[in-house]
This record gives sequence, structure tokens and C-alpha cells, in this order.
Amino acid sequence: MLDKTGIAKRIAKEVKDGMYINLGIGIPTLVANYIPSNLNVVLQSENGLLGIGPFPKESEVDPDLINAGKQTITMMPGSALFSSAESFAMIRGGHVDLTILGAMEVSETGDIANWKVPGKMVKGMGGAMDLVASAKHIIVAMQHCSKEGSSKLLKTCSLPITGIKCVKKIVSDMAVLDILPQGGFKLLERAPGVSVEQIKNATEGTLIIEGDIPEMHL
Amino acid sequence: MINKVVNGPDEALCDIFDNATLMLGGFGLCGIPENSIAAILKKGTKGLTCISNNAGVDDFGIGLLLKTRQVKKMISSYVGENAEFERQLLSGELEVELIPQGTLAERVRAGGAGIPAFFTPAGVGTEVAAGKEVREFDGKQYLLESWLRADFSIVKAWKGDTAGNLIYKGTARNFNPMMAAAGKITIAEVEELVPVGELDPNNIHTPGIYVQRIFQGKNYEKRIEQRTVSK
Repeated sequence: MLDKTGIAKRIAKEVKDGMYINLGIGIPTLVANYIPSNLNVVLQSENGLLGIGPFPKESEVDPDLINAGKQTITMMPGSALFSSAESFAMIRGGHVDLTILGAMEVSETGDIANWKVPGKMVKGMGGAMDLVASAKHIIVAMQHCSKEGSSKLLKTCSLPITGIKCVKKIVSDMAVLDILPQGGFKLLERAPGVSVEQIKNATEGTLIIEGDIPEMHL
Repeated sequence: MINKVVNGPDEALCDIFDNATLMLGGFGLCGIPENSIAAILKKGTKGLTCISNNAGVDDFGIGLLLKTRQVKKMISSYVGENAEFERQLLSGELEVELIPQGTLAERVRAGGAGIPAFFTPAGVGTEVAAGKEVREFDGKQYLLESWLRADFSIVKAWKGDTAGNLIYKGTARNFNPMMAAAGKITIAEVEELVPVGELDPNNIHTPGIYVQRIFQGKNYEKRIEQRTVSK
């Protein structure tokens, strides 16, 4: 089983040179730490920045420079600043190549639920609905099962959904899976020490297994 | 040039009225109009509908106006990090309309740009789509969303001149430029108010035509929600 860092490391391997990428809050933010330094990529912050740099040194902290998680950040040489309308214009317009975000549930047709749990305080969807509705490629970072052991990779989502038919790939603590255009979770890789049988038992939605499933390299 | 300068937040907000609709710039606590919020708090205006991406924290930003029950309704995309907000919401004292962030930004932009409605993919197939027209363009579905406008838009800029031209700094720009255009009366508070001619026209983010009143702000706290540093 992968821990959060492991999931972030595996997702970082999906990043390609020249990509503009939006990273969600949580595990997706950690992905930035593992993107190989020989790749030139630009991270987009939906509150109005292209070119997110590392966290600042104590002496460089600027309250006017934060990311979408409200953390203090720095800019890179070549960064660009803009308004929220411009930011979502580039998201909606399909200019961002890759969106990486967390999920509470994903369905076998690529629906995603990650903003609301009935009975709990609703904090809001933020930019998640805009991102999932428009991104060219979406990778979801998630736990395969809940703490109680029930699958989060489902036939249909039980929670209120954030977007329909949008997720293309999942990296969970147990596996890497593609969601096929016709529906279904296609198993691509196993996490170290996890068997195909365990993944089968942990996946409620249709799981497609073809041939030997390799263990992932981190 | 037309001189838009007023003495301070009290004069800028002199005619704000109960049950008014306000737009307030900012993302989290970044780029919020601190001086104006303090003045509304002091004035005690009630029944406000506040359009703002977030609702501040318990003891800062719009959170201050929630505490004094001056806000009737919040229109936002994300309202976490606020215990008093949660209490009022659960008790039914506060109305909340949650809107996807990009839709919120574009509805405000549309309000300022005179576009009454537009189609967006965000929210198709979700509860956000309830009651809204869905139309297909080139094989993909989109939701009809309408503009947002306000009685007063209150924005915060880094620099401004006496004619109301504004320049924002860093990610403190966020919702401020669209909101500046979408208010019947737009009030700008700035960290540095300069005479006309001092700002480079090439670098103006909000042209002064959108701004009715501008004042020199003071004592900016610029509170940080998540101070994150590297070693």
C-alpha cells in the first residue's frame, strides 16, 4: 500500500515536459515535490498565478502571494499574474494540460464526487467543478477504500457529484487504473505488496484485468 | 481628470444601506478591503447580501460582519475555516448560495461587461444544474448562468491614482477587477494613493471609469491564513 507521499510520487511520473498543470489541495500539492527537475512544467494556481515557485523562506513571506490552499508561495522567473476570471478562462478554455485532484468517490464512468458529504458542513466546491468540467486530462489521487473498508471506486457515486464522465486516471494507495471511454476501471499497476485479488476485493465498480499486472515503480 | 478621492472609508461608505447587495474582493484573506469592512462593522448596516469568493475567518475579513449578524446572505464558492459561519448556517440565520469559483468569477465579469447570461460546462450533471437550462454545443453540455451585479462593489488595490485607476499586487488581484466593474457604486481602497500621471497607463489593471470613490487605506494587517515556509 502506498502512503500519501507514495501516491504523489507515482502521479509525478505522469507529468510530461511542457505541461501546464493545476494541482488540487492535499496529496496533489505534494506532487510538485516529485516532478523531475529536468522537466519544464508550469503550475497554475486558480487564484491567479502561472508559475508557482517553492514555499518562501521566512524573510520572503509575502501576504499578497498565496496559492489556492491559501499557503504563502513564491513565483518563478517567467511567472504571470492575472484575475480569477482570466484564471478560469484558461481552465475552461482547455489551456491547462493536466489537472490533479483528490476525490471521495469515483464511478466507473468517470464521475467524481469530492465536495460534499450529506449531513456534514458544506464548505463549497471552490474551483473543483470548473476544473473537472474542462480539463483535458484529469488524474485523481485517492484512497481506494474508506476507513471502514468500503470501496470508493464504484459503479455509481453515492455522494453528490462534482462532475460527470471526466476522470481518466486514478492513482490510489493500492493501484493505478484508467477509466475506459466505454466505462470500467482498467487495472494497470499494483502498489508494492498489493495483490490483484486485494484490488478486486476493494473495487466495487467493474474492474478490467488483462494479462499480468505489474507492480508500480516509484 | 475626474477626482474620485474621498477622505476615508466612512465617507466612502456613507450611503450604504440596509439590505444592500455588496461585492467584496479577495481570495481568502488576500486582497480583501480591510478598511471598508471595518467601516461597515462600525456603521452597523444590516441585512447585507455579500458576494465574495470566501467568507473570511472567525475574527477577520467578512467573518467580522458575520459575528455582528450584519450579513443576511453569502454568495461564495468556498466558505470553510469559519466556525461562526457554520453555526449561523446550521441554525438557519444565514442564507448561503454556493457557486463554482469560475462561474462566480464569470458571472461577476458578465455583470460588469453587460452580458446577462452565458453558458459554462461547470456543474453540468450536478446539483448546481438544478432548474437551469442545459444546452448542447459541439456535442458537449453547458449550463446557462446569469450575471451578478451589486449596489456597491468594494475592492482593494495596491496602488491607485486620484482618477480611480488601479494596480493590484501578486495574487491579491483575484476577484477585485471584475467586481470593480460590476458595482453601481465602486469603492476602491488602496495602499498607496498617488496623483494622476504617476501610474504607467500600460500597467493599469482597472481603468478609473469603473471606480466612483477611492481612498488611501491605512494600517493594513494582511493576515496570512496558512503561513508556509521552506527551510
